[in-house]
Amino acid sequence: MGNVTGIGASILRKEDLRFITGRGNYVADIKLPGMTYAVFVRSPHAHAKLLGVDARAALAMPGVLAVLTGADMKADKVGGIPCGWGITGKDGLPMKEPPHPAMAYDKVRHVGDPIALVVAETVDLARLAADAVVVDYDVLPAVVGVLEALRPGAPAVFEDIPDNLCCDWEIGDRAATDAAFAGAAHVARISLVNNRLVGNPMEPRAAIAQYERSTDRTTLYSTSQFPHVVKLLMGNFVLGIPQHKLRVVAPDVGGGFGVKQFHYAEEAVVTWAARRLEVPVKWVSERSEGFVSDAQGRDHVTEAELALDETGKFLALRVSTLANMGGYLSTFGPNIPTNLYGPLLAGVYTTPAIYCEVKVVFTNTVPVDAYRGAGRPEATFVLERLVDVAAAEMGIDRVAIRRRNMIPTTAYPYQTPVMMEYDSGDPSGCLDRALAQADWDGFPARRAEAAKRGKYRGIGLATYVEACGLAPSRIAGRLGARGGLYESATVRVHATGDVTVLIGTHCHGQGHETTFAQIVSDKLGIPADKIEVVFGDTDKVQFGMGTYGSRSLSVGGSALAKSVDKVILKGRKIAAYMLEAGEPDIVFEDGKFSVTGTDRSLRFDEICLAAYIPHNYPLEVLEPGLEEQSFYDPVNFTFPGGAHVAEVEIDPDTGSVQLLSYVAVDDIGTVINPMIVAGQLHGGITQGAGQALCETAVYDDASGQLLSGSFMDYAMPRADIMPNMKIITHSTRCTHNDLGVKGCGEVGTIGSPATVINAVVDALSPLGITHVDMPAAPNRIWRLIQAARLPKAAE
Amino acid sequence: MQGFTYHRPASVADAVALLRSTGGTGIAGGMSLLPVMKHRLATPPALVDLSGVAALTGIAASGGTLSIGAMTRHVAVADSAVVAAAIPALASLAAGIGDPAVRNRGTIGGAIANADPAADYPAAILGLGATVVTDRREIAGDDFFTGLFTTALAPGELIVALRFPLPLAAAYAKFRSPASRYAVVGVFVARFADGVRVAVTGAAPSVFRVADMEAALAARFAPSAIAGIAIPPDGLNGDIHAEPAFRAHLVGVMAARAVAAASSVAA
Repeated sequence: MGNVTGIGASILRKEDLRFITGRGNYVADIKLPGMTYAVFVRSPHAHAKLLGVDARAALAMPGVLAVLTGADMKADKVGGIPCGWGITGKDGLPMKEPPHPAMAYDKVRHVGDPIALVVAETVDLARLAADAVVVDYDVLPAVVGVLEALRPGAPAVFEDIPDNLCCDWEIGDRAATDAAFAGAAHVARISLVNNRLVGNPMEPRAAIAQYERSTDRTTLYSTSQFPHVVKLLMGNFVLGIPQHKLRVVAPDVGGGFGVKQFHYAEEAVVTWAARRLEVPVKWVSERSEGFVSDAQGRDHVTEAELALDETGKFLALRVSTLANMGGYLSTFGPNIPTNLYGPLLAGVYTTPAIYCEVKVVFTNTVPVDAYRGAGRPEATFVLERLVDVAAAEMGIDRVAIRRRNMIPTTAYPYQTPVMMEYDSGDPSGCLDRALAQADWDGFPARRAEAAKRGKYRGIGLATYVEACGLAPSRIAGRLGARGGLYESATVRVHATGDVTVLIGTHCHGQGHETTFAQIVSDKLGIPADKIEVVFGDTDKVQFGMGTYGSRSLSVGGSALAKSVDKVILKGRKIAAYMLEAGEPDIVFEDGKFSVTGTDRSLRFDEICLAAYIPHNYPLEVLEPGLEEQSFYDPVNFTFPGGAHVAEVEIDPDTGSVQLLSYVAVDDIGTVINPMIVAGQLHGGITQGAGQALCETAVYDDASGQLLSGSFMDYAMPRADIMPNMKIITHSTRCTHNDLGVKGCGEVGTIGSPATVINAVVDALSPLGITHVDMPAAPNRIWRLIQAARLPKAAE
Repeated sequence: MQGFTYHRPASVADAVALLRSTGGTGIAGGMSLLPVMKHRLATPPALVDLSGVAALTGIAASGGTLSIGAMTRHVAVADSAVVAAAIPALASLAAGIGDPAVRNRGTIGGAIANADPAADYPAAILGLGATVVTDRREIAGDDFFTGLFTTALAPGELIVALRFPLPLAAAYAKFRSPASRYAVVGVFVARFADGVRVAVTGAAPSVFRVADMEAALAARFAPSAIAGIAIPPDGLNGDIHAEPAFRAHLVGVMAARAVAAASSVAA
């Protein structure tokens, strides 16, 4: 196309200048006149009756304005934090939906459960006063693991849910699956854990709320991935504030990864406090506070089986998972291990029969919800580990068994047995490229060379497909979504031809200010620096559903494209009038409207001026102005997919696993900005490698304390554990949106845990080791090697 | 953080007097003290900033010893040509402490007075048989570390300098925690004319020597000399990253690596 700032260009990100020169505007940077500071008092116990809160000493301390409790909220008739997705279990039973008070008033259900808010003149004074609040607890036995929580007699997180079971969910055809297993030549089985993660975006959560009596308006600044939804949930269900009197602003936000994608109690408490006290109230989470209050990710225990015929063709897949919800339902919590997990178990394979059941379980831990990938990394991990296990047990090459079962390119659109219909894809093409780039065939020589140095070297492969671009509203509604999942974009063209885009998605690191401008630049033929992208302020932007589930480009970008098309359509009408031609004779190309077959044309900016100074203008049939709005509800999920290959080397003396190389070949549909895509993959792969190699949230079984409560114990991946990654896109267009885009925000995290662990198992397979749970950390690897080296007892 | 009075004396005597009169704490690099104060686990009424006391700085080698002032930053030890010539293993230990930001602020005196069970310098003090010179006496390295975060220093006693004998060969090998990057196990090995010293940090509540390994290495200074020596896991630290048995195993691995490194480079 030749547009240097259009689709496909790797232009530098517009937002980076302010971010890397310290000029971002984050919630913690905001100062309001008369602002006060708030600190939460949180439960140090995992499970306890809350008998009383004594704030007298705290209230007497200097600079303290108020100590507000859960009992105060209850007396004010504040509503509970709502759940945005209601799943239905077997036999049509709706999930159990216990109350989720914004601050506890009778019981605390996890370490970190908020009990009171201390508001003071400075944050130090608030902290000192919070330490002086005396809380009377009757400590109860706690339960932290899903297996323990389901045992008869386990402590009940909610008294009226004695078995701790939120929902017993299923998908697929149980009868067909069981029948296929009965006739299988081989059944491969695996038991595995998908370890709990703490998301740890670089910027901690924060909220500032302000009530202005003169306008009767309330404003909340929050580190949110979906400010419009916070406005709706908090305004309508929690605090009873009419929508037209409430503004929510999510300014610059330093990373979300799903952690900031929920309506949190802290948002409601800070807003309620600001309205009650009529002073602005500011809360900024401390990191150790975030460890016990940010929603956490994953935490599955799974038994899975794959039935194969004698040639290694997959006949059926059966999966049984226990998924930890934590102590309360978070906004999307129940949806993650069910609708975003079960329907992905076909992967890129033609498995004809699949059955998956998931028990969603309450425990005395921090609530669990979406974290980058949200259900799809868990599904990919189960499937790709099981495929490797089956290959090893049947003596079939790991690549060959995948090819034997792969969906052929001619079979798209492909209907899986678990609801999803994939529109397009080329899994064998991705696989071919990944194997070539990784020099798969040259690996045996590298393994032998490493062995000479006393190291175990392994190579791992995973293919995946995922479902994102959330979501077609009708399908989502049938699956239990309590909201719509469309997106909206207004394209406001100014008289001079500059453009402001107002879009309902939210950018917290993805580069939307750049990529959405590129889309507009491409279609309108104007440079990207004439296009401003605005999001995050509910007073400025029409309703949107925010950013998560890799939806911004496919859903938001599609709404944007529609609006730009409407602008062009109106422009053609104006141009036809001004050029005295028929509309069908007008061509719009390279930013110019011209009459076909002539040299008569008008530039885009000339049309814009005419729209706002309509002197030579078809006023009888066309309104002045040039601003178009669209709401777009997607036809289907989008289905990015790919193949990843990694190599590791293990030092048997220390159990250390070193990641030596990583190749990612991903089909993400049309690519807007290759540089930004590479960045998304770098970060996503690193997060998945982090889960595989070092990250894990550990709760003490007896006390429910979070043992990994800071970076001293929670091992984040650093740059020095990652090799340079080869990022390759191998795209097939999405067939159901005009841009042909699929999204790429989560694919790195979805493919990588299985890839890395498959490499680790491959490295240790000469020792007879067949599975390694995550994280593959030194102590665990050393133990496995020690056990494998013991002489086997005679059977 | 609780409020405190701040003092910046220019002499050791003034510093010692201020510590006595205020009941406060000395602050060196602050890399351990400030986080503890932010968590309100320590609330000293006063901080006596030692960075203004010139007598606490300086690196000098003379008469068969290397002397390092207590306020010498890790980066200065790591980059010092004097240390590189006298005890290169000490320079490389300092270069591996924490990260660049920590190394720019942290000090040898502060690290040793704090006696974190996972700190690196205590292994060097014990491994080299260094002397801790304070404002009022000299304490042998063997007598200095007495327990978890505990030393032989009296309240208000200030470390002034560390004095190291020069070994024939030395090396430090550490296995880092994947989370904190502190030493899960760190072993400092030093060979002298009259014997070998092996000091282990990270594995136990306080740094300790391994007599069996010292005897074996005195007879033959090679990794194979200690191959059969197993450290009992009893009393060793355990956490979610490394159980006691794993640490016991790592002591052997890191000791062998330190011996190999010391063998390949003369002190």
